[in-house]
Amino acid sequence: MCLAIPAQIVELFPDDGNKATIELLGVRRHIDTGLLQDDPPKTGDWVLVHVGFAMSKISEEQAIDQLQTLAMLGEHEAALEEVQGYGLSET
Amino acid sequence: MKYVDEFRDSAVIGKASAEINRLADPGRHYRLMEVCGGHTHAIYRFGLKDVLPPNIELVHGPGCPVCVLPMGRIDDGLSMAQDPNVIFTAFGDMMRVPGTQGSPLEHKSRGMDVRIVYSPADALKLAQKNPAKHVMFFAIGFETTAPSTALTLMRAKMLGIRNFSVFCNHVTIIPAIRAILDSPDMRIDAFIGPGHVSTVIGCRPYEWIARNEGKPIVVSGFEPVDVLQSIVMILQQMKQGESKVENQYKRVVPWEGNKAALRAMAEVFELRPYFEWRGMGFISQSALKLRESYSAFDAERRFNVPGIRVTDPKAAQCGEVLKGVLKPAQCKLFGQECTPEQPVGALMVSSEGSCAAYFNYEHRKSMVLTNIGVAV
Repeated sequence: MCLAIPAQIVELFPDDGNKATIELLGVRRHIDTGLLQDDPPKTGDWVLVHVGFAMSKISEEQAIDQLQTLAMLGEHEAALEEVQGYGLSET
Repeated sequence: MKYVDEFRDSAVIGKASAEINRLADPGRHYRLMEVCGGHTHAIYRFGLKDVLPPNIELVHGPGCPVCVLPMGRIDDGLSMAQDPNVIFTAFGDMMRVPGTQGSPLEHKSRGMDVRIVYSPADALKLAQKNPAKHVMFFAIGFETTAPSTALTLMRAKMLGIRNFSVFCNHVTIIPAIRAILDSPDMRIDAFIGPGHVSTVIGCRPYEWIARNEGKPIVVSGFEPVDVLQSIVMILQQMKQGESKVENQYKRVVPWEGNKAALRAMAEVFELRPYFEWRGMGFISQSALKLRESYSAFDAERRFNVPGIRVTDPKAAQCGEVLKGVLKPAQCKLFGQECTPEQPVGALMVSSEGSCAAYFNYEHRKSMVLTNIGVAV
């Protein structure tokens, strides 16, 4: 529930609110970056994502660390399932 | 060291564990509460109890959104889905939580339009795709999740969407901690503070715990080494006779929190005068509701919500477990009538619930050991 998933921003859509494309383990989905509006992320930045919204910016090193934590917790599959589910399974 | 040995930082873990053993006074019993269900999961998953001295007791806190929701709210939410025009949406965690007439998933099998969404934004998208239907989102979660619901509602208002509403069950962590400290049957020496809630609220809201209650609180990450380091920090404070707020999870949690997220919450939500928590009763100012300016999106105002109050199944002792008075295995139903496959109480549903965590790691481990003839 309070899963925070590290993912990399690969595309921003400045004309479409706070929409961004993130990538996690090869899966790309749209998320909302509105909660980071005080310090907006750039393409290539890593963020922690929770229920389709970026919650905080993190370093790449921290992202890898966080992915490892998820794997250790046995939650990487749940994380991937969540990310795959964003956008009502749009492709 | 059965589990933690598998992990990459076992040397660091050994060091932290030695430090804990050095700092802990053998003549004293320590009761440390991990507030967040994510920590409970991590503690069982990694078998962290095995590396702690026996006089350090970890008490599981209320930080599991699915677990603290009273059954009546599930019934209330499902009552709205009786309307054939309504699409009921919720996170996957909610789907197997039992109401008196069954879980949302069971309602789906009876023909109700019940759908899992992974984001509140997707519930809104579903409303846009189904203009002839009304989409209701069953919102749960602490401050980690509430800002996302808030931004979704701000977007819905901006777009002028009329067929979308939120059944708001967002709760706030501070009043729950206060209720625990006020409870006469709870004696907690210090807190392992929630990680992801704190990315939003920051560390300041905990200051009264240290200042007024004299209890150390350390905001912690979720890796085994994070949790152990937080325990070291707590023990150091206690040894010095100090109580302060410390941030072990600095790499993710800023001291001031996320101001944009707090602004979004303030725009959309206000505090309810009181809210019922499973096992803890009514706690004042412990939950959020939609402000008047968002009333058009408030499911509780759009629908005739019965306001059902249900007591938990008598034999189930979710409340005592939730407050940390009982350990999961001390509940009469644990592992027999109530299992992750056939949950009676919500604590057995969510992976963050202490019963599910205990069952999946401790209970199964001891069953395996018993089966191969090892005394446990």
